[in-house]
Amino acid sequence: MENNSNNVLIEIKDLKKSFGDQKVLDGVNLELLKNENLVVLGKSGSGKSVLIKCIVSLLKHDEGSIKVGEHELTDIDEDALIEVRKKIGFLFQGAALYDSMTVRENLTFALSRLNEKFSEEEINDKIVEALENVGMPDSIDKMPSELSGGMKKRIGLARTLVVNPNIILYDEPTTGLDPITSDEISNLINDTKTKFKNSSIIITHDINCVKTVADRIAMIKDGKVYKVGSLEAFINDEDTYIQSFFK
Amino acid sequence: MPKNLYNSDESTLKTPSFITLIKDKSVSFFIDISNVIEYLKTVMKNLFTKTFEFQEFLKQCYQIGNKSVGLISITGIIVGLVLTIQSRPPLVEFGAVAMLPGMVAISIIREMGPVITALICAGKIGSSMGAELGSMRVTEQIDAMEVSNTNPINFLIIPRVLAATVMIPLLTLYADAIGIFGSWLGINIKDNVSLSLFINQAFSQVEFIDVFPAVIKSFFFGAVIGLVGCYKGYNAGRGTESVGIAANSAVVTSSLLLIIVDLIAVQITDLF
Repeated sequence: MENNSNNVLIEIKDLKKSFGDQKVLDGVNLELLKNENLVVLGKSGSGKSVLIKCIVSLLKHDEGSIKVGEHELTDIDEDALIEVRKKIGFLFQGAALYDSMTVRENLTFALSRLNEKFSEEEINDKIVEALENVGMPDSIDKMPSELSGGMKKRIGLARTLVVNPNIILYDEPTTGLDPITSDEISNLINDTKTKFKNSSIIITHDINCVKTVADRIAMIKDGKVYKVGSLEAFINDEDTYIQSFFK
Repeated sequence: MPKNLYNSDESTLKTPSFITLIKDKSVSFFIDISNVIEYLKTVMKNLFTKTFEFQEFLKQCYQIGNKSVGLISITGIIVGLVLTIQSRPPLVEFGAVAMLPGMVAISIIREMGPVITALICAGKIGSSMGAELGSMRVTEQIDAMEVSNTNPINFLIIPRVLAATVMIPLLTLYADAIGIFGSWLGINIKDNVSLSLFINQAFSQVEFIDVFPAVIKSFFFGAVIGLVGCYKGYNAGRGTESVGIAANSAVVTSSLLLIIVDLIAVQITDLF
């Protein structure tokens, strides 16, 4: 994939983030390109989730820069942050569905927070379409407590897709799921990319998911990007640390 | 040879003295209060600068009223009943039994109604706010809201704090009415007094100065319950045990603060 500046959606330079004395990110440099699935791989606790939370300003980074489109996130004002967040969808590890709302209300909530105003019919059409895209049209009036882990992830993805983001950040989308459901979610990530032409950062340590979705992989070790490359480059790498993930 | 873990010489294993424990608890309580005041500033800033979530406010009002009305009815009636039964013998001794309805009404309106309602709501509503918001924090629902361009303070906190501030005075007035009704039942155990005569006797001694400060202080009680419950839940830690801690400390801190606010309110009322 050609890596010129027009093609870059997110540009992270020398990103540092610590919690107390613990350095979690210690100079991360990374780019997300148009229409690619970038998998961020690393051990548990290596700072993968912290990285994507910094991208949506859920966590403030200590040093370095994060550029999303034209917006630099360091010292960004509230209005600009709203613009940035409109471009980004975030699928949380546990789906983070609002458990006091039905599936329909969860999706309506996401839509109602956009500047654009929709009629009730338009909202309903968008919700039905989003649920059909994730294969869950029958769950529209269910409560999150009635859904299994895999179903929650799908609804979480539908809630993300309903606002039509350019970029989707997936935080461990297959963690805690059985192998069949994990495969379904991985395929859904690919289908989403094909259908909506969006770009994604997928945080995971599930190698099957990596093999299904990755266009590029970035491995994080000791708070830095250890290696960036294609799936083939990682599989053929003889580095013992990298091989410990792929063997 | 391994060290004796129970050796009293090991300073790290020493149980803190009673004085140290009290000191630590007091310091943490005052830190809590200063954090709640800081949080109040954030809430106030958002209240006047952001869109008001009216639907969410109505929903919270309904939930607070609906959750507490049963418990407040039972407690109110028992308080009125007990107060009347216990006050009757000394008044009979002094031949002042005719003052019983007025005395009970004044104690219920000025103190018992507001304080007991607030303490019940601190337990019922404060803990529920702490647990609900704490669980939303743990399951990343608050983060999801922020990512969806929703200010959580605006959507979750302000409607809850305002709903508690509005509903606690209403529940207090309801508790007062029920308590006075309980008192009438109490009087009728020994005497035979009609409801209209009882109400007439009770309210002939109640003045504006008895009702107004009590209603005003119950607004403050509501704000304290809402604010502390929301603060504790919103700032819960990331683990599941944080939900329990948030609920528990919401009740403890708000109950203590209620008593302090009551003390201040009584001192202020006493000036007039």
